[in-house]
Formats: sequence, structure tokens, C-alpha cells
Amino acid sequence: MIFWPGREEKGMNKNIILCGVGGQGTILASRLIAAAAMNSGIPILTAETIGMAQRGGSVFSHLRLGEGVHSPLTARGEADLIIGFEPGETVRQLPFLKPDGAVVVNTSPVMPVSAMIGKAPYDAGEMLSYLKEHVRHLTCVDGEMAAKELGSSRVLNVVLLGAAQQSGALGFTSEEMEQALKEKVPARFLALNQAAFAFGKKTKNS
Amino acid sequence: MHKEFLMGNEAIALGALAAGVNLAAGYPGTPSTEVLETIAKRNPGNVYVEWSVNEKAAMEVAAGAAYTGARALVTMKQVGLNVASDPLMSLEYIGVKGGMVVLVSDDPGPISSQTEQDTRTFGMFSKVPVFDPCSVQEAYEMIQEAFEFSEKYGTPVFFRPTTRIDHGYEALEVKDPEEYHVHTYEGFVKDASRWVIFPRLSVKNHALIEKRNALLSDTFSDYPGNRILAEQEKGCRKGIASHGISFMYTLDSLRGRNARVLKVATPFPFPEKLALSFLQGLDEVLCIEELDPVIERALLHICGKYGLQVKILGKLTGDIPPSGENTMEIVNKALGAFLGQAEEKLTPAARELPEPPALPVRPPVLCAGCPHRASFYAVKQAMKGKKTIYCGDIGCYTLGNAQPLDMCDTCLCMGAGIGIAQGVGHMEPDTRCFAFVGDSTFFASGITGTVNAFYNQADMTLVVLDNSTTAMTGHQPHPGTGRTAMGQVVEKVSMEKVLKAIGLKVVETVDPLDLNAAVKTVKRVAEEPGVKAVIFRSPCIAISRPSGHSEVDQEKCIGCGKCIRELGCPALNLASDGKKTRIDTALCTGCTLCEQICPAGAISGGKKNDLLAGKGGEGHE
Repeated sequence: MIFWPGREEKGMNKNIILCGVGGQGTILASRLIAAAAMNSGIPILTAETIGMAQRGGSVFSHLRLGEGVHSPLTARGEADLIIGFEPGETVRQLPFLKPDGAVVVNTSPVMPVSAMIGKAPYDAGEMLSYLKEHVRHLTCVDGEMAAKELGSSRVLNVVLLGAAQQSGALGFTSEEMEQALKEKVPARFLALNQAAFAFGKKTKNS
Repeated sequence: MHKEFLMGNEAIALGALAAGVNLAAGYPGTPSTEVLETIAKRNPGNVYVEWSVNEKAAMEVAAGAAYTGARALVTMKQVGLNVASDPLMSLEYIGVKGGMVVLVSDDPGPISSQTEQDTRTFGMFSKVPVFDPCSVQEAYEMIQEAFEFSEKYGTPVFFRPTTRIDHGYEALEVKDPEEYHVHTYEGFVKDASRWVIFPRLSVKNHALIEKRNALLSDTFSDYPGNRILAEQEKGCRKGIASHGISFMYTLDSLRGRNARVLKVATPFPFPEKLALSFLQGLDEVLCIEELDPVIERALLHICGKYGLQVKILGKLTGDIPPSGENTMEIVNKALGAFLGQAEEKLTPAARELPEPPALPVRPPVLCAGCPHRASFYAVKQAMKGKKTIYCGDIGCYTLGNAQPLDMCDTCLCMGAGIGIAQGVGHMEPDTRCFAFVGDSTFFASGITGTVNAFYNQADMTLVVLDNSTTAMTGHQPHPGTGRTAMGQVVEKVSMEKVLKAIGLKVVETVDPLDLNAAVKTVKRVAEEPGVKAVIFRSPCIAISRPSGHSEVDQEKCIGCGKCIRELGCPALNLASDGKKTRIDTALCTGCTLCEQICPAGAISGGKKNDLLAGKGGEGHE
């Protein structure tokens, strides 16, 4: 039996989906969770979007933790946690969430070029109301405010991991995530990322 | 041994190193690229690694190495195999001395490719045996076995992962460098009766190949990668045959239901004996495959050959979608229809969600500050009101097709835009024909097309978008960059000199971020007769430091929206008033293109990169 921090009674498998727009740093976030899993001896499979979609397209990472898992892709209705880097992308992935699953979402949208030139509308406010209506365990993070306070928009991924950690849905302790940061983030960016994680942890669940 | 969390492509590279590979060559192409990159990075020091100019060159370099008895790996994506098919088709008749693995990554979906071709089918066509791994772990072990088989049977072999294996991650035990096999080789031994292909040799070797593949079919029936998972309860009349990642979806989806499962790791030569014992006692088999119905056809063939009354279902019967990537949903649905639904407690909870609001439309776009945007904009301005065709090509700059630039009228395959521009021009002499090609694509497959144009008196403008790297696939070097895969600094191949040597009289190089000069250059060059070239040279933003960022003076901005409407730069947003422009400083690189087109002079602060010297494209996407 594999020890699952804080989740012994709930079973051993966990599916996490990270989603956003190419360039937002979903891949590093996925690596950090994987490092925490490996350090705890939990088997993990992941699948990433690499290639053309990385140029501003919709991207996702699927992470599957625990034993008895074969494929890296999660089926619809089977994700325990969605970490959404962007409201519209979070709504796009919502069919993957379990009915009692949790969502952590950055409320600041990334406006697509198609919307800016008037070819396709995008109302992020509508996305957030939809999420509030259909997600039982929703945690909202103001990414724009985080960027202002931290002086960088490049650590949104770690801010969101901090929020996911404090919500309890990530299934790893703060210490385990901080250890993963130390292992995976280059030394010159570590302090900024630690601050980002601490900032994310201050988020209140709604 | 030690444990690492590895991407499939990294695991494959480490497997090749563990097998004692002596030479690795390839051309970048998603989803295969990281294999060669990892070999270069983790090279214990005795492996020759190169990014070849294209897949054909890579195949030939690897064949030469294998002729000496060395172990060789060649890597590419599936459409790259089309480029390399000429040497490979003949190489199969000649054979190899050292083990030679031809890694071809297939891309169901397709996620990042032009076609959904299946290298398993190419295996049958070329008679080259195929290894098809189902997981990162299996890929690590299987590539080592592929080298053994290749060497033992004197034939190149295919190793064909798909995107979900290439870009999946798994934690696995891998060998330490001290444990790597050291492969020593004899060297090339002259023997014209063996190495020189003539019709007489071809017909003799063809017979030997057919005999060997029949033998391999038997051998593969005992290969552990091919196996039967027995049913849990007796009396089972239903079977499932699968492969690759679809086999893993099948295992996840079965959820306790009773079925016999056949996993096929060598679709060619097909393990016939194993398949026969799988079919024994079954009434129906569902084949869960991606891309072509290879296993389905092989089982139909076996049923016909041995007169078996087993119903074979799959793509040909409409039970599995004929195209696209398989998903857990597709497999869940197909298994539900075939075996009946799994017990409720094991089935994923259906989640009824009402229709969401209109989701953002996000096709991939050129990055903020991308010099290609400036190049396309300059040609568009210069040719305003004229009848034109803009033939595009494969690379980041294919994204020039998107609104509002709309500067890519055709795209086919690597280098094809140059030929298409000629063909259109011969039929429509009043159309100004432009061919856009990236620097890496120019070297890979643009030069012969240009020679053809010059020789055959075409009238066209070649536009080389030189961003000094192979950008789309993650910034690999190419002949114009002066660096090699092993980090050597070498003499650059000058595209100006190449074009002049072909005979072009007009070859002008200009910085696309200097909009005025760029527009003037295009206007002037396009008026010249015959074949002429403009080289737009400015480094990819991912390999050059941003030179600050532009800002909009909200007092001066008149809210006309020209910058947003005409450039489509992801850094240009609307300010909170919904009219004026605001710049996302995290994305802006200070390229100044918007500053140069603002009618109110409201944007400033960027810094033009006035270096015409290139540092470091595209690739097969």
C-alpha cells in the first residue's frame, strides 16, 4: 500500500488536470507535482501538450497518480482536481471533473487575438459565473493582483499550486511542495517562486 | 540502475544509449524531436550526433554508419519518413551490418502534422519490421531489443511511438552510463556484390526478405512484447486486440469485465501463430487501433487463411472511428457496446453540465514580437491592390495564415511552396507569386525548388524568413546557424551565397522590423523579372533578449484600433475603457512594429534590434 498524504481513507488514485494557454507555465507546474509524487514514492503518469499549440493555443497536462493506472490520459468525469490558469480554458476542461471534484482557477483572462480583432467574442465574467454555478469546491486566485504584488507574471503556475495546496485538493503537504520547488526551480528564481507559493497559500476557498 | 522521471522521448534516447548506439542523426519534427536532443545532451562522449539537413540525409548518414557495423539511430516524424523513403526503400533490399533503428513518431489527431499516415502500414509497404511500444517503460526496453533484432536479421527496423508515448512521462529505472553496452564494430568491408544495388541483386534479396519476414512472424509470436492476457473466467467468447497507447486505454477501461486481450507490439511481420491461439474459441474480436486498421486486416487475413468463423470488428465495421486520436471516451464507449457496461461503481460518474458560454477561440498564433509578423505585414503593405498568391510552408510562419495577417494561401509540405508558386505562375502570368520559406526549411528542401525555378524561367519572389533557428520544434541549429548538434562552432552556410550561386541576380537582405525599409525592398524586388529573393533576417524572440517593451501614451492614443486590428499581436489588448490600446508588458518584446504603424505616434519605448547578424525556422513542425 502506498501512503497518500492526507487521503488514506479516500483511496489511492488521483487525477489532476492543468490547463491554460501556451506559454503560461503549465509544464513546470506538472513537473513540480510529479517531483512531489516521486519523492513520496507515488507512481505517476503524465501527458503534456507540446508542439504547435504551445504558440498561444489551448494547452493541458493530465497527471495520474497512484497504483493500477495504465494510461496517462484521464477520462471525462474522472478528474479530482483541475488547476485552471485561465477562466475560459477551465470551463473547456470542466467535463473532466468528478461531480465532487475541486477547481482552482486564475480569474484573470488571457484574451485571444480572435476576440481582440472582433472575430469571436470572449466574456471571462460569464466563464467565472458558470464555474461558480457548477463547481462545488472552487478556489479563485486573482492572477493579476498576484503578478503586481510579486512583481512578475511568470510565477502564476506556482501561485496556483500554492492555492491548490492550501485547498487540500492537491494531496501534498506544504513541505513536500517546497521540497519539489527546491529540486526543480533554478537557484536564481527560487526565492521568487517561494514567495509565489506563499502568496498562493493565502488564498481563501470560496 | 537509477530512477528518473522521464519523457517518453528521453527514455527512448537513454534506451538507445544503453544499447551502445554509435551514431544518431535526425531532422526535428514533433513529436520526435526530443529523442535526438536527449542523445546529444546525455552523450557519454563516444556517440556521434547530428541534426542533418533533412530526413533523407539523416537516413543515408545512418545507413553508412550501419554499413561499417556500427549501431545507428535515425529520428524523424511521420511526414519526415516521406522525405527519407527513397533511401529506406532501397536500403531494405541491401540490408545493414550494424543494428539500425529508424525511429518514426506517428501523430494521431493529427496534433502537429499534415497527415495521419501510419508507419505500421509503411512497414508492410517497405517490408521493414515494425516495433510499436505501448508505454514509456516499454519504449525504453523495446528500443534496446530493436537494435538486437536489426543486427541479428541484417535489416533496418522501424520503432514507431505515437505522441502519447513520445510526450508522456513516467518514472522508471534506467541504466547508469557505466552499464551501457559498448558496441565495437569491424568497419566497412568492400564487397560490390553486397553493397551495390543492381536488379539482379534486388530480385535475389527480395526473395530472402520474404523468407526472413515469414521467419520473423514466427519469432515474433514468442516475443514478450506480443502477448495474450487470458480471460478471468472460462467460457469467454469475446476478445479485444490492441496496440500502443490504445492498449493502455483498454486496460484502464476494462474495469473487471471478462475478455481475452491480444497486445500486438510487432504489427509487421504480424505474429500469426500467437494470433491464431488468441482467436481459438472466440466468436467476436474488437480491434482497438489508432490510424490504420492494421491489426484488424491482419486478423481478417488469418481468419480467411485458416477458415475461422470469428467476427472481426473495428474501423472497417464502424465500431472504432476511422480517423483521429483515440481517447478514454472512445474506448469506454466502444467497450461498453461490445462487452456491455461495466458495473456502476466502477464506471466514471457521468457529469451532466449545461452548455457553457461561448468558449474562447484559440488557434495557435505568432508570438508577440515575432519577426515573421513584421515580414508578412511588410509584403502585405507592399503588394496592396495587386493580384498575388502567397505560398506558405511548414514552420512557425504557417501561422501567418491567421487573421488579421491572412498571408498564407497554400501550405502542403516542406519546401512545396516554392514549386507551387512556380506552377501557379506558369498558369496565371498576371499573378505576382510569392513563396515564403523559413531558414531551416530552405536548407532542408528549398534549394532544389529554387534551382528548378531559375532553370525553368519562372517569375516569382522567394521570401526567406530567417529567424536563425528551427523555431517550431524548439530551436535546433541548422546549416545557417554555424552550430552543430554536438555544440561545435562551424562555418555557416550563407543563403545569400547559395542563391547567388544558383544564378539569382537580385538577392536583398533586410530587417523586417524596419518596416519602411522592408516595404520599399519588397516593392523594388518584386518588380524585377524572373526569380528574385528577399531575405528577412531577424532572430526568433525565443533566442534573443527582449530589448525592453513598448508602452501606449493613453493621452495620445486615439483609440482607432489600427494596431490591434492589423497586427494581431497577442501583446496588444484593449484598455479598461474598451477603446484605447494597452500593451501587456509581460509579452511585449519591444519590437516596435506597432510604434511604426500608429497614426497618432502614441506608442514608444521599444528598441529596434538593428543587428542584421543572425544567431541561431521551423522543422517539420
